[in-house]
Amino acid sequence: MATPYAKLPAWVDYGLIPLINLAVAFVVAGLVVLLVGESPVKAATLLIKGAFGSGDGIGYTLFYATNFIFTGLAVALAFHCGLFNIGGEGQAYFAGLGVAVPCLALDGILPWYLIFLVAIGGSALLGALWALIPAYLQAKRGSHIVITTIMFNFIAASVMVYLLVGMLKPAGSMAPQTRTFLEGAHLPKLDWLLELFGASIRSTPLNLSFLLALFMAVVVWALIWRTKLGYEIRTMGFSPPAARYAGINQAKIIIITMMISGALAGMMALNPVMGDQHRLQLDFVAGAGFVGIAVALMGRSHPAGIIPAAILFGMLYQGGAEIAFEMPNISRDMIVIIQGLVILFAGALEHMFRPTVQTIFASIRPKSVELGTQGSEG
Amino acid sequence: MRETGGQSAIRLTGINKSFGAVQANRDIDLNVERGTIHGIIGENGAGKSTLMSILYGFYQADSGEIAIGGEPIVIDTPNQAIAAGIGMVHQHFMLVNNFTVLENIILGAEGAALLSGGIANARAELERLEKEYGLDVDPDALIEELPVGLQQRVEILKALYRGADILILDEPTGVLTPAEADHLFRILKQLKEQGKTVVLITHKLREIMAVTDNVSVMRQGTIVATRKTAETTVEELAELMVGRRVLLRVDKQAASPGDVKLKVEGLTVKDSRGVTMVDDVSLEVRAGEIVGIAGVAGNGQSQLVEAVSGIRNAEKGTVLLGGQPIRVTGGADPAKLRRRGMAHVPEDRHHMGLVLSFEENENSILGYHHDDAYNTGLFQNIDAIRDDARAKMEKYDIRPVDCRLKTANFSGGNQQKIVLAREMEQDPSVLIVAQPTRGVDVGAIEFIHRRIIEMRDAGKAVLLVSVELDEIRSLSDRILVMFAGKVVGERGPDATEGELGLLMAGVEKEVA
Amino acid sequence: MEFFSLIFGLNVFDSMLRVSAPLLLACLAGLYSERSGVFDIGLEGKMLAGAFAGASMAYVSGSAWIGLLAAIAASVFLALVHGFASITHRGNQIVSGVAINFIAAGSAVILGQAWFRQGGRTPSLSAEGSRFTAIELPGAAAMADIPVIGPIYSGLISGHSILVYFAFLMVPVTWWVLFRTRFGLRLRAVGENPAAVDTAGISVTWLRYRAVICCGVLCGFAGAYLAVSQNAGFVKDMTAGRGFIALAALIFAKWRPVNAMFACLLFGYLDAVAIVLQGKAIPGIGQVPVQVFQALPYVLTVILLAGFIGKAIPPKAGGMPYVKER
Repeated sequence: MATPYAKLPAWVDYGLIPLINLAVAFVVAGLVVLLVGESPVKAATLLIKGAFGSGDGIGYTLFYATNFIFTGLAVALAFHCGLFNIGGEGQAYFAGLGVAVPCLALDGILPWYLIFLVAIGGSALLGALWALIPAYLQAKRGSHIVITTIMFNFIAASVMVYLLVGMLKPAGSMAPQTRTFLEGAHLPKLDWLLELFGASIRSTPLNLSFLLALFMAVVVWALIWRTKLGYEIRTMGFSPPAARYAGINQAKIIIITMMISGALAGMMALNPVMGDQHRLQLDFVAGAGFVGIAVALMGRSHPAGIIPAAILFGMLYQGGAEIAFEMPNISRDMIVIIQGLVILFAGALEHMFRPTVQTIFASIRPKSVELGTQGSEG
Repeated sequence: MRETGGQSAIRLTGINKSFGAVQANRDIDLNVERGTIHGIIGENGAGKSTLMSILYGFYQADSGEIAIGGEPIVIDTPNQAIAAGIGMVHQHFMLVNNFTVLENIILGAEGAALLSGGIANARAELERLEKEYGLDVDPDALIEELPVGLQQRVEILKALYRGADILILDEPTGVLTPAEADHLFRILKQLKEQGKTVVLITHKLREIMAVTDNVSVMRQGTIVATRKTAETTVEELAELMVGRRVLLRVDKQAASPGDVKLKVEGLTVKDSRGVTMVDDVSLEVRAGEIVGIAGVAGNGQSQLVEAVSGIRNAEKGTVLLGGQPIRVTGGADPAKLRRRGMAHVPEDRHHMGLVLSFEENENSILGYHHDDAYNTGLFQNIDAIRDDARAKMEKYDIRPVDCRLKTANFSGGNQQKIVLAREMEQDPSVLIVAQPTRGVDVGAIEFIHRRIIEMRDAGKAVLLVSVELDEIRSLSDRILVMFAGKVVGERGPDATEGELGLLMAGVEKEVA
Repeated sequence: MEFFSLIFGLNVFDSMLRVSAPLLLACLAGLYSERSGVFDIGLEGKMLAGAFAGASMAYVSGSAWIGLLAAIAASVFLALVHGFASITHRGNQIVSGVAINFIAAGSAVILGQAWFRQGGRTPSLSAEGSRFTAIELPGAAAMADIPVIGPIYSGLISGHSILVYFAFLMVPVTWWVLFRTRFGLRLRAVGENPAAVDTAGISVTWLRYRAVICCGVLCGFAGAYLAVSQNAGFVKDMTAGRGFIALAALIFAKWRPVNAMFACLLFGYLDAVAIVLQGKAIPGIGQVPVQVFQALPYVLTVILLAGFIGKAIPPKAGGMPYVKER
């Protein structure tokens, strides 16, 4: 049978249709704003002003975006292998230990940059470990990775609560969190970077892990499109029979991909723990693992799409906080709706507008639609 | 078409059906007489199953008319087909495996919102059908616990329970043992005696001769002939099926075979359902010769190739590559075989040979992506990969000459050349080529054939598997014929089409 | 001995029933959907939407029953969105489920804040009749003094909200629907082999839509129970992962209704026992952190999925949109 969808020009496939999906998601979000009696236009204006209107706003926007770049990359890498890692939340949470333990142990001893290196390794390692069991069970025993990673999110939550109300809590303290790290284990702020662009900053949590996130985006791009491993991951994701034909060890690729994905999710912990709060506290991931799903879908699983998508969500988080001041009916939870709508329209319903677009194109430029049908015969 | 005295059960007029650019059925006219067994024979992909799916309302024809019992009728859904008295036994059984026989039989014909009444009715009706047709089966058995022969019987019972007068069976013996097949034919004859009309779709000549009254031959989407079975011969049908195409003569010298490069001994392979598809096959291929494996599709060629090339584990047997044994029964590894000089052009380029979503240059290294030439240190050497791809595109005349184009956007012939270029340019010692020209345009066919001969002349051992008899005859130095998982004969390149056709039909013993 | 009376006390089983009821409703909801071949990780979101809509309408109307209807309506709406994405448009069922969870979680708070201005909560359901309250079963007081049976009847079985009884009633009902009706036969068939259903002349699409609607209705009940019966109103994130525990229970139950009840009772019991054991030591083991009990349902489900204690085989066509093959 011919492929269910005739081919369209690349810019339509990768540009126009995703934009339409995204636009619809935001229109529906706008309707919700209308429903609660506020003006969507005013909300959007406030949002943008809150996120980009001041140096501090930009700092916060990029701080949130840092989390989402890490988790978005994690989800995207797994997508390339045909896997759905819904466990970024748990992987990041558990990986918080990999950041906190070196900081707590070494903060009086080593300079911040050495602790940073250990913490990068620690968070990546623990994130990878938390993804290992679901990966192994998928590769070797065929257990559905979506279900096992969900279960591991909850298991991580229990483990972390246990540790934070127990052994990690300093004696005499009531709050379920570790002690605050000494100055020596704080990541440098990036206020200077913003000031370079002429912004005036009071204080923002933007820190060095933002640059690490950008760096990891390049690393992930290179991994996927410039290494043998990435080649094997993509082969596996597109066509398991072709992977078998090419002699690719499928179980190995599943496990490695998931562990790298877990490591990326895990590195997200650096940003809030070492960069901002300077201690490990309850529920510090705050849904960033799930935002990663929306970011990866919106960014079409490409780092060049993930970074702007992450910044957009960072903007929603920061701007959303600003809106909440001005518009009593809108809180930050508006973002959760937008996140859901983006996942719905850019993910589950990504092909909804395709037939319409196709019909329109067929009527304008019949040839462009014709092209793809050759070569797909049975 | 000849009119005979019998009443028409099915009459199809001018049926056309396309899937995208592929025309699966072209101007089909067919008349099936009431109370007969009518065979429809043709190779895989000839359009038989599509035609019957149209009759059953599973697909809608693009144009054409259907008449059942002389009455014109529109069949847009299986429901309408069932109401018109048509029942179908699909090639892949439409049964729910964890249901009982009874549950399967009443599915869609439950009678009422509660099951109890329907179950009781079905039980009684089943008993009647059992007596009438000798269709014995335990109504409370789970489908997954029944052998395939009995599962098929459930399919027939399903159709009869719905009051089918016309029963269509699509390749019904593909999964049956010969004894089970014989039993099925007895059942079909019984059905005929009770006044039912049976349409039997198959690619096996033996079955046509054994059980049908009339036979229509399909080739490339059209019906090329309809005969009374008693008035035709196996030879004639074989010729009609394969067709007298313009023989694409390939200039070649006589082969000068060297050492044995590939030796297969006692290879037995089962498919995923556990059916033995390759049964104790032995063969050898020498350097500088092309050994062709002829056979009607589905006789074990695919599994043979997959086992030899390391994609599928075999049950038992040995394979020697350049005199050295390779692992075939467990832990088979295609990557290792490639490194040892075995190249493989798979029969299914869409799912196996290519990743259609990849750029052309990415596919030009599939399976060879570990080669040093394509990597520098940690990274792939993208420039080298693309230069290499461009060189191959030029050498194999792959168009459009754009190695960054998505592979799905190349035509079938060019896609096949991408695979061939990749496998041939690695300088293998053994080349396995399966269905090299399936879905390929005429111009490319000639090119591909010439390249295969050149490989032979360069001293490669070539194992060619094809269902195209012409291709086998014009390329091979030796021809092996596979039937029902076994190599049933070996012939020289001068073997006649009729001779090979008989071997392919598995009738050697009866006729020769 | 004291320990055993602690963990096997009547009050533990009593709270087990209360905790299990919403799990059971959501689990049976998932059963209808997944048995038809539509995976649903959006149980959580549908419950939450049901809880919010139920609490809101119960408050506004003053009637728990209207609240229940609203809960069902909201949940069914989301179920239809899931159906639209995964049945009509053949989208990824997992992605769609994730989306629904977020849409529900965000909408409940935003709408709640806009309508009631209590930080995303709904006002407390204090009015008479705006909440499903405990029902005294006939003769409960009279039987209380009969040894053994008396306390069980009056202390354990009697005295729950009508929705608890409904939840447990739905177990035999679901079993009956699934195994004794035409709809159930077709539902089970379409989850195993949709092609068999299609060739039998039955619409796969309509059948699956009916299944997700059943799922929506029961999730609505589950949500209503949380907000209009167990609690007196909606609070943010009040489902607290129950939709996922229900999903785990469904896998644990191997997609069978009676097993589902036992799985939910087991998970409910773990929850109940964790509360009474808080700060107390288990003889021979010592004090077990409450988190062990909280994580246990998930750990058990992973072990089951790994195939170490029997294999959980999902409906064969689950997760895959139905496309006719040539």
